[in-house]
Amino acid sequence: MAWTKNVLRVNLEAGTCTSEPLNLQWAQDYLGQRGLATKYFVSETDPKVDPFSPKNKLLFVTGPLTGTMAATGGRYSVITKGPLTGAIACSNSGGYFGAELKFAGWDLVIFEGASPKPVYLSITDGQAELLDAAHLWGKTVWETEEIIKKQHQDPQIRVASIGRAGENKVLYAGIVNDLHRAAGRSGVGAVMGSKNLKAVAVRGTRTDAYRLADPEAFFATTEAGKKVLAANGVTGQGLPTYGTQVLMNVINELGALPTRNHRDVQFEGAMAIGGEAMHEKRPTDGKANLVTNGACFGCTIACGRISRMDPGHFSVKDKPQYHGASGGVEYEAAWALGAANGVSDLEALTYANFLCNEDGFDPISFGATVGAAMELYDLGILTREQIGFELPFGSTEGMVKLAELTAKGEGFGKEIGLGSKRLCAKYGRPELSMTVKGQEFPAYDGRGLQGMGLAYATSNRGACHLRGYMVSPEVLGIPVKMEPQATEGKPAMLKAFQDLTAVVDSSGLCLFTTFAWGLSDIQPQIQAACEGDWSEERLLLVGERIWNMEREYNLAAGLTCKDDNLPPRLMKEAAKTGPQKGAVSKLDIMLPEYYQVRGWTKEGVPTADTRKRLGV
Amino acid sequence: MKISLKLFASLAVHLPAQVRSTHRVELELAPGVTVLEVIQGQGIPPGQCAIVLVDGVWVAQGERATRVLSDGEVLAIWPPVAGG
Repeated sequence: MAWTKNVLRVNLEAGTCTSEPLNLQWAQDYLGQRGLATKYFVSETDPKVDPFSPKNKLLFVTGPLTGTMAATGGRYSVITKGPLTGAIACSNSGGYFGAELKFAGWDLVIFEGASPKPVYLSITDGQAELLDAAHLWGKTVWETEEIIKKQHQDPQIRVASIGRAGENKVLYAGIVNDLHRAAGRSGVGAVMGSKNLKAVAVRGTRTDAYRLADPEAFFATTEAGKKVLAANGVTGQGLPTYGTQVLMNVINELGALPTRNHRDVQFEGAMAIGGEAMHEKRPTDGKANLVTNGACFGCTIACGRISRMDPGHFSVKDKPQYHGASGGVEYEAAWALGAANGVSDLEALTYANFLCNEDGFDPISFGATVGAAMELYDLGILTREQIGFELPFGSTEGMVKLAELTAKGEGFGKEIGLGSKRLCAKYGRPELSMTVKGQEFPAYDGRGLQGMGLAYATSNRGACHLRGYMVSPEVLGIPVKMEPQATEGKPAMLKAFQDLTAVVDSSGLCLFTTFAWGLSDIQPQIQAACEGDWSEERLLLVGERIWNMEREYNLAAGLTCKDDNLPPRLMKEAAKTGPQKGAVSKLDIMLPEYYQVRGWTKEGVPTADTRKRLGV
Repeated sequence: MKISLKLFASLAVHLPAQVRSTHRVELELAPGVTVLEVIQGQGIPPGQCAIVLVDGVWVAQGERATRVLSDGEVLAIWPPVAGG
């Protein structure tokens, strides 16, 4: 079977690493990765736990298809209780770390307690030990990876670590692996920092780490899947060439690009920061921002952006360490660092994105929080004296400076590091925080795309586009076209997307495959890899079970239906321009129907029948 | 009448070289021209037109032959793309 059947339990307080067998019944009920680790987490952790308490746990988990020949089979997830939201946090990353963990023979690593001093976990196949990290504390992600590889004299070690943002408990600090892939959202890196855990370094060389249930069928079905990805216009051409960034102009034309803290829905500078602009030669040095695309383990799509900055740009003029090629902006990051603030300098966005990678913090939440700060400044609530410099909308220098301060945990960066909910509440304007459950919106306006508004409001980890990507039907026509302003059928479509996404997130595959693959493409791959019956019906039931398990955890943590909401701006202030002009969110129409479709009460609680049907 | 044609991503090659980086060209057209006629007239492979918007509103594949353009409208087209 495709699970290694091994769980590594690390007690940070006692300094012990122990192996235990995987709960195979849970693997059958929750598949792997997001579902399986969440099952462990909710079974072992008090929902009321303070996210920074040693009693909160932090789980790194792979899926059954992680480290296999399946296209994009390199994903891992980190599960904990999120400090930004107080809800379940589940953050998914690519790169090569996940596959390496699988090759070392582990499905799951559970961190318990907190270490009295900085440590990092070193795993070499079946051997795991906690090592002193005093020399790594205070270092960036990039420095940490380099030091660990040199120290162990092994360039093939894969490292997932926190930067200074995680150490400083920036509430949206992420965990970065392979230099620029990240479990980026909800503050999983801050929890890691609270445990004095600097890094996880893995070297996996086992060829017997897992066994496929039916190797011959697996090779055939994964080969067929790769052909589907290659032949599809999105996964075969669009994503490798332009990356996710190609959406910038699409969403802007549609009038659903949140701009200046959602005051506007179209950005006059979109063209300058989109995917096409990354291909254009700069007038300053004659070179394009984009150097090449990049792929994670096993990926045949390769949507990643590798960028090189103009070395003469003001932000890096005297900083040669940023002159090399590194992880460039993806769509959500470019939006948050750009349109959300009114900043249209692609080079500055790239620099801020480098800093987010280097010190491990989520560019979406960071950029959106800067947007909120700019609005507070615009209203005269925040002043130059408080911030330390001018911060009007569109201030490239201000955005860059705040990225530097947030990375280092200095000055006003400390306040930006708390996220927009706490920032706006502190200055008496909580309604200006563009968040759900405390987490900042990504790059689609819930007024312009009604289904995305519902997706944000109901996402179990706070505002997120990757829990139910209604952009697919509302913008791209995948699998069917739905009008952006329509509400009919959206709750049922969203539920289907959320459940399917939970399956994909639990498999080890990348969600981007679903631009080309349907469940009928994914199911045979899981079936051939895993023992047992993995019919499409069962997989969707597993997805629904995972969604409800997360919901139950959030309810037990103290969240209620009142948290399935959108900021008043999206409910009352109409879109000012473009094709969605005049639109506000129709969440009040869709949410009751969504609860009904989900088999929940009017208060958003799973009914006894739903619980029984799903076995939650 | 005049319309604006915007071509993005790989479709930009169908724009005159001097305006390619702006992704936009102004076209002088006879009244009654449809979306599909503009697509064909510019040498854009219809099968490559995945997202077609007129003033930001989706035009389905089956409507492109009958959707008549009006003066001042903006026709924007993308090949198969996605993000997230």
